[in-house]
Amino acid sequence: MATGPGLESLVDQTISVITNDGRNIVGVLKGFDQATNIILDESHERVYSTKEGVQQLVLGLYIIRGDNISVVGELDEELDSSLDLSNLRAHPLKPVIH
Amino acid sequence: MPKKPRTPSTTQFSDQILIATKPRKLHLLLVRRIIVLFFSYFKDLVGREVTVELKNDLAIRGTLHSVDQYLNIKLENTRVVDQDKYPHMLSVRNCFIRGSVVRYVQLPPDGVDIELLHDATRREARGG
Repeated sequence: MATGPGLESLVDQTISVITNDGRNIVGVLKGFDQATNIILDESHERVYSTKEGVQQLVLGLYIIRGDNISVVGELDEELDSSLDLSNLRAHPLKPVIH
Repeated sequence: MPKKPRTPSTTQFSDQILIATKPRKLHLLLVRRIIVLFFSYFKDLVGREVTVELKNDLAIRGTLHSVDQYLNIKLENTRVVDQDKYPHMLSVRNCFIRGSVVRYVQLPPDGVDIELLHDATRREARGG
């Protein structure tokens, strides 16, 4: 019964991570462990604001600690390329309150 | 720091401390059993459409694909409930949600046998 998170199917795929402080980080999943710590390659952060379009900040190779992760989503490349990020206005996500 | 010799008076104190921590340990065991109960319950719900509301107010609707011992949830065919307010996951169709961040799991009304769940939890709480 001690199987970790079923993230095996997402390895080497582009994923979108939402962290507990409300950040959205997109990258390629390279590894994970039982505590949902993840290794993300070619990652960039997408900063959403109501005043200007989505900002993409390049981060590179990242390790994100499992404690700080809310959602790991499989990014559909086709859907993502059809998005017009420069014209997207949104409030940043709220931080997680336990 | 020199260790205090175990005289009869010091052993008395340590016994009292042991008694004080016992209820807490039992409580944790009970919590563990209830989590196992809900794990089994969610395993039976695989394939149903649910809406997971997170502690950051994000609500994600999707088909329950799997659940694990930490009550982490994997959803397929996901749509964020208020997509205009939360366009952050527009290009995500399958996602993994960490159990620690779930506030509610909204179930279809016909998907719940309330009496069965009620009995099961009552039994667990009683220690049966």
